[in-house]
Amino acid sequence: MPTFVYMTRCDGCGHCVDICPSDIMHIDPTHRRAYNIEPEMCWECYSCVKACPQNAIDARGYSDFAPLGHSVRVLREEAKGTISWKIKFRNGTEKNFVSPIRTTPWGSIKAPSDYEAPSQEDFKSQELAHEPEALNIEKLPTLTPGKSTQGAT
Amino acid sequence: MGLFSSRKTVVVDSDVLVIGGGMAGCGATYESRHWGRDLNIVCVEKANIERSGAVAQGLYAINTYMGMQWNENQPEDHVRYARNDLMGLVREDLGYDIARHVDSCVHKFEEWGLPMMRDPETGQYQREGKWQIMIHGESYKPIVAEAATKAASKVYNRIMVTHLLMDKTKPNRVAGAVGFNVRTGDFYVFRATAVIVCAGGASHIYKPRATGEGMGRTWYAPWSSASAYALPILVGAKMTQMENRIVLTRFKDGYGPVGAYFLHLKTYTQNAYGEEYESKWYDHTKELVGDYVDRHPVPTCLRNHALLEEVKAGRGPIRMVTKEAFQDPHKETVGWENFLGMTIGQAVVWASQNIDPKHTNPELTTSEPYVMGSHATCSGAWASGPEDVAPSEYQWGYNRMMTVDGLFGAGDTIGGAAHKFSSGSFAEGRIAAKAAVNYVNNLGKEQPQVSEAEYEDLKKVVFKPMENYEVGRNEIVAGTVSPSYLLPMHGLQRLEKIMDEYVGGISANYITNEPLLTRGLELLEMLKEDLNHLGAEDLHQLQRAWELQHRVIASESVAQHTMFRKETRWPGYYYRADHPKLDDTDWHCFTLSRYDRESGEWEMEKAPVHHIID
Repeated sequence: MPTFVYMTRCDGCGHCVDICPSDIMHIDPTHRRAYNIEPEMCWECYSCVKACPQNAIDARGYSDFAPLGHSVRVLREEAKGTISWKIKFRNGTEKNFVSPIRTTPWGSIKAPSDYEAPSQEDFKSQELAHEPEALNIEKLPTLTPGKSTQGAT
Repeated sequence: MGLFSSRKTVVVDSDVLVIGGGMAGCGATYESRHWGRDLNIVCVEKANIERSGAVAQGLYAINTYMGMQWNENQPEDHVRYARNDLMGLVREDLGYDIARHVDSCVHKFEEWGLPMMRDPETGQYQREGKWQIMIHGESYKPIVAEAATKAASKVYNRIMVTHLLMDKTKPNRVAGAVGFNVRTGDFYVFRATAVIVCAGGASHIYKPRATGEGMGRTWYAPWSSASAYALPILVGAKMTQMENRIVLTRFKDGYGPVGAYFLHLKTYTQNAYGEEYESKWYDHTKELVGDYVDRHPVPTCLRNHALLEEVKAGRGPIRMVTKEAFQDPHKETVGWENFLGMTIGQAVVWASQNIDPKHTNPELTTSEPYVMGSHATCSGAWASGPEDVAPSEYQWGYNRMMTVDGLFGAGDTIGGAAHKFSSGSFAEGRIAAKAAVNYVNNLGKEQPQVSEAEYEDLKKVVFKPMENYEVGRNEIVAGTVSPSYLLPMHGLQRLEKIMDEYVGGISANYITNEPLLTRGLELLEMLKEDLNHLGAEDLHQLQRAWELQHRVIASESVAQHTMFRKETRWPGYYYRADHPKLDDTDWHCFTLSRYDRESGEWEMEKAPVHHIID
């Protein structure tokens, strides 16, 4: 919040470097451990915190509006399919939440090429892949042509 | 030869090149494979598609779902809703097209493993509002990225695309793109038959409210660097509604979302003295916009407007009344998980400031402006519409093809179609991809050719900031102040200040006028010249340098469009003080621009708004 890395927990594996959408988690060349090189471009998205196998990354609220003494910790468990949060207020209040993250095994999505190839007719229609079946209605909607008007509505 | 002429050039061939692997890009990549079984489909992303784009941190709701299977809404209803919210001006053909395909996308997300919340009584998806459904979406992006990865011939992560390449055999036809690998520094040339731009909209073109460490806590992701606009603008694609920036009413400091609070938790706003205030501004707003104020739901910009006026009248801060709703433990859980699922920063702000909404009604604020094509706003490229419903004036080629041959777009890139959000952006990516595959199949032997001279020239341009730094750094002892180069952050802060003060940012109360815009454009011109002197110490800074380049050209487009539209169409988003009222006689139209990169001139024109839905 921005994020920071605990020296004694980080082993320099680079998962955070690999995942950070903002390219701000880098490996420090002296310590061979990760750190946030540009906190003012950190969105506090927690992608690095969730990806860290050592739980070495945490966030400290932005200095310009967040008083010290809080924490928002997360544990994302892919095998269990859950994410767990622990919120600690500056005044000590605690709140805990757990949510599901996925209902199917990781890697189980079928590639489009695993489905039947479209026919030549399909290319000319407005239907997309898996339509109309995946719409759960009979057919893809369209409009009656020729009703166009111009001006304020 | 320059210092960096020894850099490796990697040439990649593709039939369909998808630029940007966010929601739109993943949709485009997936759909390209369905229709192009034997085609070479390449997706290129500046971060890592598992956590890239606006959905990187997750979402707690899918904001566009018709529910046609349960007869909840029809696509026409969504067009009416978006048109109403945007004060009459949307591309109805594009919006209709997205709305009719969005349900099949959402059903696939569920099949792929996205946890959907369901109404315990009906078994249907849990509605947050008329259009929104609630999800446990922490892994929304990794799930969608898995589908795209399986579809692509190859996904190139960590490559920042800087420019599109044009065909050397035929004018106004795209032939690929160039960029650089942020890790290795290799120069990449992507040769492609069709290109689908699915890059991000624009954060950080206006000065954000937080300016220290917290400047990263913009509402839209800081990595949304306007590539969606810069790439098409620089090759002469026509753009539309670039003045239609959006301002968000959000929880203070963290910009946590309010949708679930208003719609599902039934919380409401009041001024500092506990009074309802929106109705007080009804007559005043009606003076400005006429009957638009009577429409339901009240357009987003007009609700912003009432809030801004109430604060200007000295009765701020505006608060969200949460204390009642949060006494219900289920609602309290929803309120917190809503943030943890998509704006964790708001939970941090509340924890740090001891704001427990069960006991304190939290403050709201209005954000700095953003430019995007996917939210309650519709800036972007002018695109051809669907064959079966688009009026002829909106059809010149393949669906979602811009005014450049072979150049397609989706998501933030395509203008005129508001209220796409995550699912609609994915749907639009799919729509564009089917059309792009048709384009590739129909092209036959007339394949586009890239010019080696063109990309070799671009290679020098792309790496110039590193050369500037290498040379200029020797002039000074240490530190960040150099007489010969600007660092990307310096340029970014100059841009944000210009846009803020001259083009209607927060410090100007979102107000601008022709003299301000004229001066703003002069300052932007000087900034553009100074961009030739950007200095980048390393590859990370080089990425920042190119993000800045993209933001600046998009900002110039915003200023030009704002100058052209001589009315105040969306009070609450911005105000033309010299034309303070909505003017349907002259401005019930789209604004279009085309940038000429040789002359640096912008050609502006109007395009009619055709209504195809009653």
